[in-house]
Amino acid sequence: MTDRINTLIIKTPEGVEFSLRLAGPITRFLAWSIDLATIMALMSIINVVFAVLGVLSRDLAAAANIIGFFIISIGYGMLTEWFWQGQTVGKKLLRLRVLDAQGLRLQFSQVVIRNLLRFVDSLPALYLVGGLISLFNQRAQRLGDVAANTIVTWNPRITEPDLNQLLQGKYNSFHDYPHLEARLRQLVTPLEAQVAVQSIMRRDTLDPQARIALFREIRAYLETLVTFPQEATDGISDERYVRNVVEAVLRPNASSEISSKPPQTF
Amino acid sequence: MIIDLQKFITEERLYWTELEKVLNRLERKPDEKLKLGTLERFHYLYQRASADLAKISTFSAEPNTRQYLESLVGRAFGEIHETREKPHRLRPLHWFFNTFPQTFRKHLRAFTISLIALLVGAAFGGFTVIVDSSTKQILLPFSHLQGDPSDRVKTEESADTDRLEGAKSYFSSYLMTHNTKVAVFTLALGMTWGIGTLIMLFYNGVILGAVAVDYVMAGESNFLLGWLLPHGAIEIPAILLAGQAGIVLASALIGWGKPIALRVRLRKISNDLVTLICGVALMLVWAGIIEAFFSQYHEPVLPYTFKIVFGCVELLILAMFLGRAGRQKASQNAQSKE
Repeated sequence: MTDRINTLIIKTPEGVEFSLRLAGPITRFLAWSIDLATIMALMSIINVVFAVLGVLSRDLAAAANIIGFFIISIGYGMLTEWFWQGQTVGKKLLRLRVLDAQGLRLQFSQVVIRNLLRFVDSLPALYLVGGLISLFNQRAQRLGDVAANTIVTWNPRITEPDLNQLLQGKYNSFHDYPHLEARLRQLVTPLEAQVAVQSIMRRDTLDPQARIALFREIRAYLETLVTFPQEATDGISDERYVRNVVEAVLRPNASSEISSKPPQTF
Repeated sequence: MIIDLQKFITEERLYWTELEKVLNRLERKPDEKLKLGTLERFHYLYQRASADLAKISTFSAEPNTRQYLESLVGRAFGEIHETREKPHRLRPLHWFFNTFPQTFRKHLRAFTISLIALLVGAAFGGFTVIVDSSTKQILLPFSHLQGDPSDRVKTEESADTDRLEGAKSYFSSYLMTHNTKVAVFTLALGMTWGIGTLIMLFYNGVILGAVAVDYVMAGESNFLLGWLLPHGAIEIPAILLAGQAGIVLASALIGWGKPIALRVRLRKISNDLVTLICGVALMLVWAGIIEAFFSQYHEPVLPYTFKIVFGCVELLILAMFLGRAGRQKASQNAQSKE
């Protein structure tokens, strides 16, 4: 199996990188299931309309039914993806989007080709061919995506933890060293900050031994980035140390709020 | 390096909003041509947002701002670095009378391969029936073709009722959609390096050859031509064009002797594939109507000569259309490019 990447990084000629998170086969299958349900719903509406037409001519109603089903089943993906910039109902609900694989503007021909090639991707049933190929493809592309040069991205909803509630009311000795806090903000990567936040949020679910080991490890790493004077770190637990760092990094304005309050012991 | 994040965001947000407005406008009106001043400003805003993204990328505190900027830079990147033409306003007549036949001629070699695959299949089917007529039970998937052709002709010619009465539109729409599905499938199988496309063409050829030889051997050539030509004159070329599209796709996938990347090769043919398959769909709509409303009526209702002449005229018009239409326009375009 080729190495799968969850993120596609596009580097512009200006030297700036932006990343696109690729959608996996399971999410895409779920989106397709929603789309299938939508197509079925549209069909049942059309059936009712054509049933009325059947009063005039049963032959015409049957013909319109066949053509209607054909147009909806083939045209649904094309029209929605074109008019909603790469999204269908299922993709909208699951926050997926079809994009050009080079980050360029999605063309109508690309939308048409990736939808026409569903005929092969859906073989023998339930998108087995497309699903298997996307599992082995580095960019999680099914055959239609390869031919159309498209990718399907996932835009996760960023739910920021309620840091005010999480960190509120505690004296942070690091606020006395704003220049070191600024240094921390430069050096801690977004991923590292998220690791620290998640550790604090999930601390109560951890086994006591694991909790101690985890915060010890995170503190040890953070200390390699910035060293605070001994008076700022003396007597504070590893967990407290990580909390202080999270606050310094993610709530840069908190220092001014808290410095006006009398220090609290903990 | 950002020292004061709030100040940075407050100062830069104005430029981001301006860039977003330009992007929204461009996405809403793809036809619009920006003036030089606006273009320069757009490029400046893009570069500024790119620089901001580079600055904020390492900053942990603002994942939302980073994501917003990534999406903004991504959209602007697509607009600025896209070299393909923007989609034109829909011009169906121009597309049908110029783009479609021009695209067909552009890929004549693929059409020839498609034709050869069908002819080889037809020869195989015909030869098999000559050698052993019982093989048509296996080769022909339709029950009405498995019997004796002369019996069928007698039944059809002596029919005193219209068996399609009250079902012509239904039958016609069934044929249109079924044949279009087969055509799209033939195109899509181009992704199997063309092997699937060639098999589909060969298989269709086998059926055609077997039926043709069976009816000719039974002395029913007139019936055969009168029955098949009116719709087949369009339907068979349509399947050939779908095969042509599949082979164009396969050849871009394989890329023999083309020192360019796969994605560039696929990008180059994407419009042509869509043009060919849309043309094929139109041809199959016509063929479906003719097959349901015309082809199924035989002598004495409709004389075979009339049906054969009708089919020949269709074939001639199609050949002239695909061979000649849009030639002037193409040469004018070439001259203007020079």
